[in-house]
Amino acid sequence: MVAAIKQSEVSRRGFLRVSFAAASGLLVSLYLEPHRSQEIVAQEGNPTPPPQQPKVFPPDAFVNIRPDGKIVIQVNRLEFGQGVHTGLPLVLADEMDADWANVVGELAPAADVYKDPLFGIQMVGGSGSIAHSFQQYRELGAKTRAMLVAAAADRWQTTPDKCRTETSVVHGPNGQSATYAELASDAARKPVPATVRLKNPTEFRLIGKDVKRLDSPAKCNGSLKFGLDLDLPGMKVAVVAHPPVFGARVKSIDDAEARAIEGVLNVFEIPLVKGSGVAVVADKFWPAKQARGRLKIEWDTSGIEANDTTELWTRYRQLGQTSGAVAATRGDEKAIEKLAAKDRIVAEYEFPFLAHSPMEPLNTTVRFNGDGAEVWAGSQFQTVDQMAVAEVLGLKPEQVTFHTEMAGGGFGRRAVADSHVQREAATIAKRLRGTPVKLVWTREDDVQGGYYRPMHFHRVEIGVGPDGMPVAWRHVIVGQSITAGTVFESFTTKNGVDSTAVEGVADTDYNVPNFHVSVHHPKINVPVLWWRSVGHTHTAFVMETLVDELATRARMDPIAYRRKLLKPDAKKTLRSLDLLEKETASWRDKLPRGHALGVSCHESFGTGVACAVDVSIENKRPKIHRATIAVDCGLAVNPLSVASQFQAGLSFGLIQLMAKGAITLKDGRVEQRNFDGYVPAYIIDAPVAVDVHIVPSTEAPSGCGEPPVPVISPAVVNALARLTGKRYRSLPLVSL
Amino acid sequence: MATYQLNVNGQKREVNVDPSTPLLWVLREDLKMTGTRFGCGISACGACTVHLGGVATRSCIVPISHVADRPIITIEGIAQDAVGQAVQSAWVERDVVQCGYCQSGQIMAAVALLKATPRPTDQNIEESMGGNLCRCGTYPRIREAIKTASAQLKGGA
Repeated sequence: MVAAIKQSEVSRRGFLRVSFAAASGLLVSLYLEPHRSQEIVAQEGNPTPPPQQPKVFPPDAFVNIRPDGKIVIQVNRLEFGQGVHTGLPLVLADEMDADWANVVGELAPAADVYKDPLFGIQMVGGSGSIAHSFQQYRELGAKTRAMLVAAAADRWQTTPDKCRTETSVVHGPNGQSATYAELASDAARKPVPATVRLKNPTEFRLIGKDVKRLDSPAKCNGSLKFGLDLDLPGMKVAVVAHPPVFGARVKSIDDAEARAIEGVLNVFEIPLVKGSGVAVVADKFWPAKQARGRLKIEWDTSGIEANDTTELWTRYRQLGQTSGAVAATRGDEKAIEKLAAKDRIVAEYEFPFLAHSPMEPLNTTVRFNGDGAEVWAGSQFQTVDQMAVAEVLGLKPEQVTFHTEMAGGGFGRRAVADSHVQREAATIAKRLRGTPVKLVWTREDDVQGGYYRPMHFHRVEIGVGPDGMPVAWRHVIVGQSITAGTVFESFTTKNGVDSTAVEGVADTDYNVPNFHVSVHHPKINVPVLWWRSVGHTHTAFVMETLVDELATRARMDPIAYRRKLLKPDAKKTLRSLDLLEKETASWRDKLPRGHALGVSCHESFGTGVACAVDVSIENKRPKIHRATIAVDCGLAVNPLSVASQFQAGLSFGLIQLMAKGAITLKDGRVEQRNFDGYVPAYIIDAPVAVDVHIVPSTEAPSGCGEPPVPVISPAVVNALARLTGKRYRSLPLVSL
Repeated sequence: MATYQLNVNGQKREVNVDPSTPLLWVLREDLKMTGTRFGCGISACGACTVHLGGVATRSCIVPISHVADRPIITIEGIAQDAVGQAVQSAWVERDVVQCGYCQSGQIMAAVALLKATPRPTDQNIEESMGGNLCRCGTYPRIREAIKTASAQLKGGA
C-alpha cells in the first residue's frame, strides 16, 4: 500500500519531494503511520461534529516548499465552489507564517493521510471542511514552522526560541535571516514535533481576515481545468444510454446507424448499478452523443416498479395520517387531541424530488492498465469511489491512483455511496484496456438520472395555548431514506429513523412541551441522495413557515416570537436573531407599499442563521429586493468566504420556489429533460443584494456550505403570505 | 467531414470536422480551448457563451458550418480588449467565483453587455445576464462586479 501511494505521489509531485524531503526516506515512513480515525465515521448531515480531537498528520504530505519560494499546500478534499482550496491553505499558512502571495493550493489525490479527521474517509460533506480540518491544518502549519525554525537555529548555532518568523523568512537573534526555501531541505530532516504551540488569535495574520480565493484568476480567464476538461494522449470519450425507467435492462440493441457515424469506435452493453445501459465510445464527444441518439434500444422493464408522482403523493399522504417510527418524543403525544378545534392548526406540506444539477456535468476519466488504473474525477468521496473502481477492475484500492479534479459544483451529487458514475467509467475502461476513457454525462443524463433530493410529505398538528405559543406539536414525515441499503445506513439510521430525513424537526431548538415526531420511509424505485443541506431543505421550510404562522396568529413580531419560543441554549440561533434585528432595524419596518418582510432562522451543521427578506410580487413571481443574513458560525476563518456562501447559497436554495423547480415521474419516466423543464434560479430570481453579518465569536468554526440553503425559501414565502394572505405548503411554487 | 477556416481570438485556425459539430465542441476538443464550458447543450444555461461576430452567442447550438468568417472571441481571448480586462479584473476584485464553471460564460455575457451599454441599470443587467445560469448562485456579486467594471471603464476613459 505504501509503495503504491508513494508511486502515485511521486508521479504527481515528485519534483517537490526532491526539494523538501530530499533522500531522507521520510516520505515513506510518514505514510506508514496507521490511520486511527476509522471508528469516527459520522453521517452527512450530522449537525454537530463528534468531540474527539482531529487526528493530526505529519506535515510532509501536506506542505512542499519549492526552491523558488512557492509553498504548495495539499487540500485534503474536493474544491467545488465552497472555497476550501483557499480556506485550508490560509489556515496552514497563517500558523506557518508563510508568504501568502506565494502559496499554491493543490487538490490532494486519494490517500489515507488525506482522510477527513472525523469522518474517517476522504470526503467533503456535512459542511465539515473547515469545521473538521481547522485544527488539523493549524497544527500542520505550526509544525512545519517549528521544523523550519529548528533548521535555522542549527544553522546559526542558536536556539529556536531566539528566532522569529514572518512571510516565509526565519530571522535569528543577530540579524541573520534565511528564507523557508533555503531552509526546506534541512527542515525536512528534523523530527516532526509531537506538540507545538499554536498562535493566539491576536497573532493571526490571515485567519479571520477577508482573503480572496486562490482559484479566482484561473476561473476568470478560462485556464482552470475541470474534470471535464481533461485531455490525455489517446483519450476517448464515452456516453451511456441509460434506461428510461430506473433499473430497466437492455433487451436488444440496433446500433447500425450509430456505428455509421464517423469517429464512433465501439458500442456495447454495460451493467449498471441497477439494470444495464449501452455505452458508446468515440474519438470525441459530439460523435458519441450523435451516435447515442441513433441507437435503437429495446428495454426490458418487466418487474420494474414504474412510479408516477401523482400516485406517490396519494400514497405519501395516506402514510402521513398515521404515526411512523418515532424520531423524537417528549410530553404527551395525545395532548393535541385535548385541545378545541379553534386552538389547533393542521398543515400538510409537499416537497418534490430535486436534482442537484451542478453546472459541470458529471464525468470521470479512467485508464486501466491491467495491473493498475488511474482515475480523474471531481469526487466528494475519493475513498469510496477509489474502492468502487478497484472493485470493478479487480484491483486493490491502492492499485488505483485517484486524482481529485476541480469540480464545477456538486451540492452532494458527487458524494454517492454506490459510485455509479465511477463504476460506469471503470466498466467501459476495462473493455478498452490501456486507453484512457472519459465518461461524460450530458445534462439530460443528469436531470433524468436520479439520485435526487427525495420527495417528502409532512403533516403537522399544532395545539396553540392561550398566550399564542404552541403547547402541542405532532409531526409526521414521509420520505425515502437516503442511506437505506448503503454503507452509511448504520450511521444515520436508528430504530427505523434515518436522521437525515428528520434533522431540523426532531432536534428543533423550538421549545414545545408536548412534542412528537415520527417518520415513514417508503421504498421507492427512485435513487435518492443528500442535496445541499439534506433534511433541512424541507424541515426548515416546515418549521419556519409554521412558526411564522403562529407569530402572525399571536400578533407578535416574527423575530420576538421566535426568540420567545427558542430554547435558551440555542445560543447560535439566538445570537443570529439578535444581530438580524439590529442589522435590519433601518429597513425592516419601512418597506414600500407592495413589499413585505419575511423572516426565518435555523441552525444546521452547527451554524446558526437568521434571515430577513424584502419581497414584492412582480410578474406573478416573488421579487427579492434584498436579503439580510446574520450568522453565527463560530470563528469565521475567512469572513469573505462566509459572506460568499450566503450571498450565493440563498439562490441555490431558491430552486425550491421556482415554478419548474421539481422532478416528476410518469410511468416511471422522468418528465424533465434539461434546464428547459427543470429550471433553477437565474439572476432575475435571485436576491438583488445580500448583506451578511457575522456574529463575532472565538468558538470553534462551524460550516457555512449548507446553512444558507434552509433559511431562504421559508423567509420568502413568509413574506408572500403577508402580501397575499395565503400559506404556501406545496412546492414548487407554481402559482402565487 | 469538412474543413473550416476559423478566426479565433484573432488567429486563423483550421479544423476538419463533421459540419453538424457545434462550435462549442470544436473549441473544446479540436482546438483544445476548454475555457468555454459545456453545461446543457440546448442554450439554456449560457456556460458556452462566446462572441461570434461581436454578438454574445451560445456556442453549443451553433453548428460549425454556420460560423463562416465571423470572428470568434472566447474567454481565452477576452482580455485582448479593455472591456474584457476590466470585467475579468472586477470579477477577481469582487471575488465573484465559487465553483467557477459558469463564469466564462458570465464574463462573456457581461462584456457584451458593457460594450452595448457602458452604464447598465439593474434591469439591463437582469436582461443581458438573464440566461446565464449559476448553480452556486453568485448573482449578487456578478451584479456588483459588472457595476465595478463599468465604473472602472468610465474612470479610465
